[in-house]
Amino acid sequence: MAAAVTIRIQQADFDIGREIAAMTKGRTDIGAVVSFSGICRGTEGDDAIAALTLEHYPGMAEAEIARHAETATARWPLTAVTVIHRVGRITPGENIVLVLTASAHRQAAFAAAAFLMDYLKANAPFWKREEGAAGTGWVDARSHDDDAAARWTKS
Amino acid sequence: MKVKYFAWVRERIGKSEETIEPPTNVRTVDDLIAWLAGRGETYAHAFERPRVIRAAIDHAHVKSDAVISGAREIAFFPPMTGG
Repeated sequence: MAAAVTIRIQQADFDIGREIAAMTKGRTDIGAVVSFSGICRGTEGDDAIAALTLEHYPGMAEAEIARHAETATARWPLTAVTVIHRVGRITPGENIVLVLTASAHRQAAFAAAAFLMDYLKANAPFWKREEGAAGTGWVDARSHDDDAAARWTKS
Repeated sequence: MKVKYFAWVRERIGKSEETIEPPTNVRTVDDLIAWLAGRGETYAHAFERPRVIRAAIDHAHVKSDAVISGAREIAFFPPMTGG
């Protein structure tokens, strides 16, 4: 059975338990589900963060995540993939992103979840704007996110 | 062709999208950035560090030497910070 891929970009929060239940419902070929969730921190270094506002490129964001999901399902024996990315204003403690990967065995699910997050950070067209005590500003991209994505292309 | 701008590129230019008709000698993404940068102060500010700017043609990432002919939609944006 081909991997069931679910991709959503939404303002609303998500419920991780409900997403896992939806992914595994009625299936007996899934032996492992790995869940990664990215959460808004209240600080960045020494600076307090009041909120993040996430902007995205509609159309391309979905396409780019779908391309990465396809790469993951081609590389690992996955049975299902769910990626949910929130946009809009998000305050500390709130969810930002969810990646679920399912497989018959844990190794593929762990590896694919790490791969997907590394690729999303470096390549999916989303941008964070930070509200702090000193005003608001766009978050700078980090070179270690590019390095994290690049490690998957080394053999 | 349609051009879209995101994040601080959008803010500096002051618009999120527009339709442009660059001259035929504008062949690549690099050429288009240089041409756009010459359209006024806001554009010059947005494209002041062309190496930092990322581009996509029809919803797919491209390098700065990519040829733009046939593109329906070209987007310019800073390095991505999602996830």
